Amino acid sequence: MLAVNFLLLAAVLFCIGVFGVIARRNAVLVLMSIELILNAVNLNLVAFALMNNNIEGQVFALFVIAIAAAEVGVGLAMVLMIYRNRKSIALDELSEMKG
Amino acid sequence: MLLAANDVNVAMNIGFGIIATVMIFAAFSVVTTKNVVHAALYLVLVLAGVAAQYILAAAEFVAVSQVMVYIGAVMVLFLFGIMLTRAQIGAEDGLNNSGWQLGIPVGVILFGLLAYVIIDAYEDDVIGERQPFPTEELSDQILSPFLVPFLAVSFVLLAAAIGAIVLARKD
Amino acid sequence: MLAVEETHTALELSSGWFMENAWLIALIPAIGFALIIGFGKKMPFKGAEFGLSSMAASLVIATGAGIQWIQRTDSASPGGEEALGGLFTGVRGAVRAAEGAEAAPYIEPVVTQWVWWQNSGLEFGLGSHIDGLSVLLLWLVAFISLLVQIFSLDYVRGDRRYTHFFAALTLFSSGMLVMVMSSNMVQLILGWEIMGLCSFMLIGHWWEDAYNSHSALKAFFTVRVGDVGLLIGTAILYFGANDFAVNTLDSNGFDIRAIGAWALSGEGSSWTLLMASIALFIACIGKSGQFPLHTWLPDAMAGPTPVSSLLHSSTMVVAGVFLVARIYPVFWEGFNIASGGLSFIAVIGGITIVIAALLAFVQDDIKKVLAYSTVSQLGYMMLGLGTGAWLPAVFHVFTHAFFKCCLFLCAGSISHSGSHHSFDMKKDMGGLRKKMPITFWAWIVSTLALTGVIPFAGFWSKDEIIDNVGANGYTVLFWVGLGGAALTAMYMTRATYLTFFGEARGAAAGIHHDDGGHDEYATEHRETLITAATIDRELVMAGPAPQSLGAAAATHESGDRGDHRDDHDDHGDDHGDHGDHGPHESGKLIVVPIVILAFLALTAGFANPTPLAGDALGANLGEGVELIKTYVEPRYEPVFVDETAGHAGESVQLIDASTLPAVEDDGGEGKSDDGKAKCGRGTPEPGTVCYFPNVKHAVPELGKILLSLAVVAIGYAAAIGFCIAYYRNRNSRLVGLTERSRIARGGYLFLKNKYYLDALYQNVFVFFVSRPLAKATYWFNQNVIDGAVNGVGAGGKATGNWVYKYIDQGLVDGAVNASGKAASETGHGLQPMQSGKVNQYGALLFGAATVGAIVLVILNVS
Repeated sequence: MLAVNFLLLAAVLFCIGVFGVIARRNAVLVLMSIELILNAVNLNLVAFALMNNNIEGQVFALFVIAIAAAEVGVGLAMVLMIYRNRKSIALDELSEMKG
Repeated sequence: MLLAANDVNVAMNIGFGIIATVMIFAAFSVVTTKNVVHAALYLVLVLAGVAAQYILAAAEFVAVSQVMVYIGAVMVLFLFGIMLTRAQIGAEDGLNNSGWQLGIPVGVILFGLLAYVIIDAYEDDVIGERQPFPTEELSDQILSPFLVPFLAVSFVLLAAAIGAIVLARKD
Repeated sequence: MLAVEETHTALELSSGWFMENAWLIALIPAIGFALIIGFGKKMPFKGAEFGLSSMAASLVIATGAGIQWIQRTDSASPGGEEALGGLFTGVRGAVRAAEGAEAAPYIEPVVTQWVWWQNSGLEFGLGSHIDGLSVLLLWLVAFISLLVQIFSLDYVRGDRRYTHFFAALTLFSSGMLVMVMSSNMVQLILGWEIMGLCSFMLIGHWWEDAYNSHSALKAFFTVRVGDVGLLIGTAILYFGANDFAVNTLDSNGFDIRAIGAWALSGEGSSWTLLMASIALFIACIGKSGQFPLHTWLPDAMAGPTPVSSLLHSSTMVVAGVFLVARIYPVFWEGFNIASGGLSFIAVIGGITIVIAALLAFVQDDIKKVLAYSTVSQLGYMMLGLGTGAWLPAVFHVFTHAFFKCCLFLCAGSISHSGSHHSFDMKKDMGGLRKKMPITFWAWIVSTLALTGVIPFAGFWSKDEIIDNVGANGYTVLFWVGLGGAALTAMYMTRATYLTFFGEARGAAAGIHHDDGGHDEYATEHRETLITAATIDRELVMAGPAPQSLGAAAATHESGDRGDHRDDHDDHGDDHGDHGDHGPHESGKLIVVPIVILAFLALTAGFANPTPLAGDALGANLGEGVELIKTYVEPRYEPVFVDETAGHAGESVQLIDASTLPAVEDDGGEGKSDDGKAKCGRGTPEPGTVCYFPNVKHAVPELGKILLSLAVVAIGYAAAIGFCIAYYRNRNSRLVGLTERSRIARGGYLFLKNKYYLDALYQNVFVFFVSRPLAKATYWFNQNVIDGAVNGVGAGGKATGNWVYKYIDQGLVDGAVNASGKAASETGHGLQPMQSGKVNQYGALLFGAATVGAIVLVILNVS
């Protein structure tokens, strides 16, 4: 099969994830979009591992998965804190850094 | 194009194609649905599809790790998060922020760019049949060259766990 | 006949130490002045030593210069052609070929100069210029000054400012000497002004009395009015003569000889010469007290008598006459004296003679009589100059100095020792001839000289003037001159009688009254008439506007307090020498100068006795007796100037008299004119310059002499008769005539008020200047000039404001503000980017990354 398949698929997922980050208001949904992005990256890595017959891609992908998990944990913890303080997790309302 | 190459593994391609379609559809739904829980479930679908792609790409260990970690733990976290933030059950309107139209051109252009680059770089590259890597090789890689990152990741996980607890406790 | 341009003959004239160093004559008194000011008070004679010694030294040097000038002149005549050893001095006169005609070459003056000013081609100097006229006057001034200073030793003794008096007298002498010996107009003006300053200082010697200081101011300012003419005239002459002087004579437009040569060369336009002549003559009118600026001279009598005798009779007032005589070619051409037309100078001179003589009749103050007499005699001098009688006028200067100075010194002697410092003839004099015989006889000699009685000095000079006036064709002025002589006799007789004859009155009788005596000859009503004294003081002191005569009479009730100021109390603190109260002859220091001057009044006339040079009086002594004519009058022969030589007069050519065009004589009486009348009566030949015009000299005739003597005798007879009748016999028809007859009173008042000229000057001219003109000028100054300045200032301020508002605030600050605003607006514009919204940040982030990636791709792919 063509190599570009995987890569294009990964690109599509990536773009959808970007769109989600930009478009979604709910913090959890944004995190979900980020997950999409990360997965796209993972797919890319594995595809390269396949293409180059090199296992390091897969190792890298494993690490990404681990980091992603940690990040989701911390992220959701922060979302919960925000929810606790503001009773809302609409990112629109979180504009205290507005300058 | 995609299917018009010699020595093409038809079955692999068809399988890839079906899974890819499902994944794209599910990903698209994640970012457009009006129901938060549905979004989470569509995400599960995406993650599963990714795992299937891993299998197709001869990376079983990664696939299994994906299933276990992502679908098993991360999605649960998400669902807990949705629950604890009192997401509305059922459709709600205000899930997209006011400037969401901006995302379309960004996404499109980005995709165009990436596609151009990829096709330009890897056109007509064929991936042949491949035997999957044995897991020992993977572990060899992890525990020798990538030992330091491995330990660092373990610290990160520790920090994340403690951090999450610290952040989320009621004070 | 010798052709022109053949041989060169140099005319060697003798020179001498005194002539070349004649500048010492003026310098020594100046040094004396400085010494008196510096050390006078400490000296035993309080500074008079310096004055006397400096004047004596000047006199010695002047005498030496005079003798050497005579030698020089002699060395140029045919008999004295042998070189007397000496230096060339510039232009040489030409010796005429031996054709039998008398050679009367032009005698080059001796000039010693130091450069005073030197700038871009113009150079004039300070120094001495000795020719006949200047040496005559130098000697005269030095001599008279010395005598007057001797006189002052006794006269001014005990004065509160004795030292400064001598200082001012010495400085005056120095100034006049500077003027007389000047070779250019600038030095002349310098001397002129020094004289004016000293006159002011000396008239106002007792300035504590306001009348004296006002008189001094009046003198100074009146002369100043004339001095404007001097400056203008000098300027006109400079610009007119400079080209000619530079091209032809290697000189400049200030040089007096160059000006004279230019005037006679025909190159000056008649208009320029006329303007210059008028301007310069106006200065002479002021300085020499001619009508209409004569009003200062009588008031100048407020000064001490030595001042009056030195300045205002013999020396300073003749400065104007000297100026005319010095630059005579200018006046000769400017007023066309050659053609015998009525010249401005002659007219003014004639008017002055008469009006001054008339005014002398009504003066009670003896010095004022003499002052008006001086004015009248100056009129004679001007009359002479204006009609072409140069020589008699200058000679009259010479003789007049002696007898007039003698008269003034006699007046001083009378007041010093006879009338207890009073000068009022009516109140304090009378019958003094027995008590002061020397003074009396000196006075008589001088009066006879003044009136022109043969053989006294005045006859030889004044009658020559009148004779020449008649001979040059001025009939009216001839009779004016004769009439003036008669008047002179009359008023001098009156003064003589009142002073020396009759009963002693007032102080002469030994009666002292400090509030002034009363007029013995006054009738009851005389007191109510306005006297000149009050008018004098009121006008001179710029009193209130004149009231009517009647009102002034009403205010005059308080007796004659005003009158006694005629006394000129000229004793500062001195009451010392009043041992005896009666009149007595003065001391030697006073009497000796008087006697010397009286002697000269008797004999000075024989320096130029023109009638004796011909057949008029029977004794023909030849032309040699006319010493003044020989040695003082400049020659009218043209002088060669070589124009191709860089320095004038390098080479000399013989002049062939016959080749020069003969200009027709104006029918002068034969003998005194030469065959060729060139200078002054035609344009000189190219290559020659003329320095002096060919004036005519009248030949005296016995008939004219007898006529003038008869006129004088008539005057004397009438006056003596009147005096005896009026003053001694108190003839009832004469006494009180001015009260009874309206015409007589009108005439008397007119004369007493000096033709109301003083009132005119004071109340019209001065008032106009001091009020309306000053106000207008002030208005102009405040509103126009200051307005312009303020306007400029306001304009500047408005411009500044505008610039501030629009350029500084608007443009510059605007630019600065705009840049700031641009920055802030940009910031404001970009502010929405910082919305604090994560989604947006994410969009930006990915967008920027996309753009960066595109750029990278493009760069790497292309």
